[in-house]
This record gives sequence, structure tokens and C-alpha cells, in this order.
Amino acid sequence: MIERHLAIDSAVSLPKNELDAVLSDLRQHGYQTVGPRLKDEGLVYAGIETLDDLPRGVISEQAAGTFRLVQAGQERYFDIIPGGQSWKQFLFPPRVTLFTARKNGHWRIESDGEPAPRYALIGVRACELAAIEIQDRAFMRADYCDPIYSARHRNLFIVAVNCLQPAGTCFCVSMGTGPRAERGYDLCLTELDDVFLVEIGSELGRSLLAKRSFEPASAFLQNAANQGLEQAAQQMGRRLDTSDLPDLLTKNLEAERWEQVGKRCLSCANCTLVCPTCFCWDTTDHTDLLGKITRRERVWDSCFNPSYSYVAGGNTRQAIRSRYRQWLTHKLGTWKEQYGTPGCVGCGRCITWCPAGIDLTEEIAALREEVKA
Amino acid sequence: MTTTAIHSAAHRAAHPERLLEPDWAEITAITPETEDISTFWLRFDGAAVQERYRYQPGQFNMLYLPGYGEAAISISSDPHNPQRLVGHTIRFVGNVTRAISRLKAGDRLGMRGPFGVPWPMHAIEGKDVVIASGGIGLAPLRPAIYHILHNRERYSKVILVYGARTPRDLLYSNEYDSWRKADIDVQITVDRADETWSGRVGVVPMWFYHFRVDPRKTALLTCGPEIMIRFVVFEALARRIPTDQIYVSLERNMKCGQGACGHCQLGPYFICKDGPVFPFSALERYFNVEEF
Repeated sequence: MIERHLAIDSAVSLPKNELDAVLSDLRQHGYQTVGPRLKDEGLVYAGIETLDDLPRGVISEQAAGTFRLVQAGQERYFDIIPGGQSWKQFLFPPRVTLFTARKNGHWRIESDGEPAPRYALIGVRACELAAIEIQDRAFMRADYCDPIYSARHRNLFIVAVNCLQPAGTCFCVSMGTGPRAERGYDLCLTELDDVFLVEIGSELGRSLLAKRSFEPASAFLQNAANQGLEQAAQQMGRRLDTSDLPDLLTKNLEAERWEQVGKRCLSCANCTLVCPTCFCWDTTDHTDLLGKITRRERVWDSCFNPSYSYVAGGNTRQAIRSRYRQWLTHKLGTWKEQYGTPGCVGCGRCITWCPAGIDLTEEIAALREEVKA
Repeated sequence: MTTTAIHSAAHRAAHPERLLEPDWAEITAITPETEDISTFWLRFDGAAVQERYRYQPGQFNMLYLPGYGEAAISISSDPHNPQRLVGHTIRFVGNVTRAISRLKAGDRLGMRGPFGVPWPMHAIEGKDVVIASGGIGLAPLRPAIYHILHNRERYSKVILVYGARTPRDLLYSNEYDSWRKADIDVQITVDRADETWSGRVGVVPMWFYHFRVDPRKTALLTCGPEIMIRFVVFEALARRIPTDQIYVSLERNMKCGQGACGHCQLGPYFICKDGPVFPFSALERYFNVEEF
């Protein structure tokens, strides 16, 4: 009876426990449901069965080089701002077998023949949706389509969550990516005290929701959600002025600031690993002792690794200053020329997870000051 | 460039499902060139792959030896050689290339390609062509020289300036005479002479000191050690050769050949797909930035 009113782009009010049934339906459809959960006093994205697996009432306090879980005393499931992991591990696995080659006379390649997993991502933030869109442009170009990434992407189901409690290192508003999820989801939740306000983004999302007991979203609920999001937009922990990017970077490659930050940076590659858009990869071969079977793997790489720029004769970027400059000028500069968008979504992970507390919003501001002077 | 794109696409279409899966090719012959450089001649095992495979001067392949990995190697052969063998002149300096040095004729390598933007052989027709090259940098230029030999009437003066560390490091020295016969001015120089050498001594850029050009009708193709390229370009600019008539082939770490793995970036470019051949006008703003 109510189903008649259910349309893509419409919104309904869903009792929170009804989400368990949606998750269970997704598994019936062959999806692995993954979402945020606590592990070893941190927050990871891993398999979840029900809402009970979520870090209810917990928020994360984040600052440069700091991530701390805090019991906030609230009853909400999605107030926590994500940790070091991002969803990129599900589309672009950190380590994946490409093929196995076996030598029997000549080398032959064997297929592992495993179908791509089907993931339902539960709790994807607006900045993370934007990050997936940015990686799509790198992995699914007109002239190159990554078979691993694209097969996993085709199989995705996405439940987005609108951010109401941004963390201290967040700046999605500056990058124009959040806090409201605008597109790219099957369902989108705004978590209010008693219910989820659910927006429907796809046909599969609509059909899953149609089986649940829901009510039309009242104007009151919609208002509450909108107000929450407006408030969140005012509470960004960081701000990044993008008005003079990418020129500020690409035209000041010899600035003194690179030296300065190069002295603090440890070249540990944390920022590139936690970054939801960093896409560089390397390959490695694993052989048996007889040298007759080789498994060829793809692994994440980082422009901070010394071997990244190795050519016969040495590394192109020996100094840490040069590697940091490469990372930041790519991320906020040349990325735009390559893919029509900056490579940053304002999630703040690179700030939170930098052991030296280097903050790219601060670096950009300092570079701007230096250039002005 | 269009042709490149089409052929690369054709290669990929054969393997849509597996990333980096190579085709196998037999080493039909190995030509020793210098103490640590040999040319490996390859032919695909699959007749259809061999038939379909085309390349242009300046392009490269990814050669794969299981257990060791892949290396990006320029194609050094004539795209129109009668047996359609694909030649790779390889210096044994890294893990993969040292392992390749231990292979023999009849052994097999994986091969993916061809990749990259070729030398602009059509755009420079009608011009004086200066080819400046050092060391193994002559390998990706040899197909361009063959192209000129086949179409000599399409180019005006053609000068090859080639340098190596010592006379024993010179590549393809048994071919210089045939190139000279085809009216290519072949100028050879070495950094250090030995008792066999009666030719020119000095680095490649020095040759330009006595070079008089009509800059508007001169095109420069250069490949070699980055330090040589730097000074060759410096000399060319001093002689007012326009930046879009200076073509440079660059080397960077490459893992994929398709602008996907990220390693070979220089500013906005992926050298493997936007290069390796660039007009200098595209590189100008990054070229003198140290460690960029």
C-alpha cells in the first residue's frame, strides 16, 4: 500500500532495527555486508551482520597525528568518523593475485578463475563516495579499464551515511564533497535519534526498502536532517582555500617550504595508504624454490617509497622533500590536469595518521604565505 | 598517435580479463652489441598475435621473465624488417635485465605492448633532422633511422650525432657505413678514446658548438642519459630551434605501460602513455626542477 509512494530519489523514515533486515536481505542477494567496527582499539571496515556490530555511541576524536575513540554517551550507530582504513581496499585490494605462471617446458599462465566478490558497503560518507568517484576516473578510463577494480565496482551496493559529527581533521566542505551524500549510493541514511531518514538512490535499493515497514518522511524529520547537516558543515575542523590551486603548487616547485616540510616528513607512506584516492601500485613475483611456479601480485605502492622512482642509475627523487612535493603537487595540483578533479576529498586521514602531524591544509597556507612575501 | 592507440587497444582486447597478462615470445636470436648490452630478437608464439602486432619508431614493450618481473624496453628494430622480428637492445643493469642476460636463443619471454607515443616521423617531414643520442639512447632511435632510410626523400639534411663512453661501448657500429651511404651524416664521438680510436673525442652536446642551423627548418630528436639530454636541449635552444621542434624521449620507472600504476609521472604526464617522446615545449616548465 505504501510501496506505491516509494520511488527513486524519495525519502522515508525507517525504524532503526529494520536496517538489520535490509542487511540480511543483502546477504540473501549474495552480498558480503561490510561496515565500521571496533578492533584493537581502532576502527576498521570489516564484515558486519547486524547493527549490534557497529560502534554504537562511540565517536572518534581526531587531530594531527591523533586518533582516539571516545564513548560519547549517545545511542547513535554512525556518529563515529572513520579511521585509517578507507573503502578503497574493497575495490583496489592492497594485495591481489594477477595470475600464476607455471613452467612445464614453456611458461603458461593459469587463471585463478575466482569471481569478483560482491560487497555491500554500509556507512559510506559523502567524502568517501567522492573518493570512489575519483578512483573510478583513474581505474576506469576510456583507454584503460582495470579488470579487477571494474569487476568489483560492478558488484557494489552502497549504503551511504550523511555526516552529522565531523571530526577535527575534516574539511569536506572546502573540497565540495560533503557532508551530504548527493549521489552514487543505493540507499542513503541520515541517522536521527529514533529513526533513519532513508533516501533511495537505485532500483535495488528501492526494492529492498519496499519490503520493510517504513513511514513517509515527515517535513519535521526532513528539517531535522537538513539542520543537522547545516550544523555539521559549520563544524569542519579544518579549512582549505583552493582558489589558487593548482597553480600555487605547480608554479612554486622550488619554494623554501618544501625544504621545511621535508625535514619533518618521515617518508613513511602512511598518508598514501590511508588516502582513499591514492592509486599507485607495484607488482611482485612470488616463486617456488624450483623457480617453476610464479604468482604475480599487485600491491599498493607509494610515491614516498625510495624504490618508487628507481631507474637504472638511481632514484629520481632521493630527497624526502622531493617525495613530499611530488605527493602534494599531484594530489592538489596535477591530478586535475590528469583527471579533471583534485585528488583530495577533504577526509583528513593524511593529517590524522601522519606520525609527524603534518597537515596539508597548513602546508598549503604556509606555501601561500611564502609566495606572497 | 592514433595508430598507436588502435594497436594497443587491439592488444588489450585479446586479454580483457587479466591485468598485465603477457603474450609469450621466443628469443629467435641474440646479437651481442657491447660487453653489457645485447639485442634480443623476439617472435610471438601465437601466429595471430604475431600477425597483428605492429609498432612505430620510439615505442616500447614490457618484457616479462616469470620470477623476476617486467622491464620496459625500447624497440630497436626496423618496423618493416622482413621477418617481422621485434628487436630489443638491453643493457644488463637491473634484476630483470640481468636475468634476461642469462637466457639463450629458443627461450621465452612474456611481452606486452607496444606502448607509448612514437617519434613524430610524419610531422618532421621536409625538415633537416638532427638525431642526438648517447649510450643506449640510440636503441629507441634506430627504428627512426630505419624509417628515414626507407623514406630518405621525405627529409632534408639528416645528421646523427652519437656518443658513447669508449669506442667499445658504441652500439650498431657495423651499420654506420650503410647509413652514411644513404646520405645520413653520421658523427661519432667518445668520452674516452683508446688506442684503436682516431675519431672525435668529447661529449655529444659539444658537437653543437660548430653547428650552424636554420632553426625554422630543423627538428631535433634526442635520447640518452638525462644529463646529456639537458645539455643537448640547452645547445639547441641557444641555436633558436623552436621548443616544439625539439623531441625528447624520457626514461622513468614503469610497471604497467598504460598510465595506471603511477610510477612514471612527471608533473601531469604519465611518461609511459603521454610519452616517452615529448616535444620539449610540453616539458619546459618541469625540466629544470631538481628531482621532480
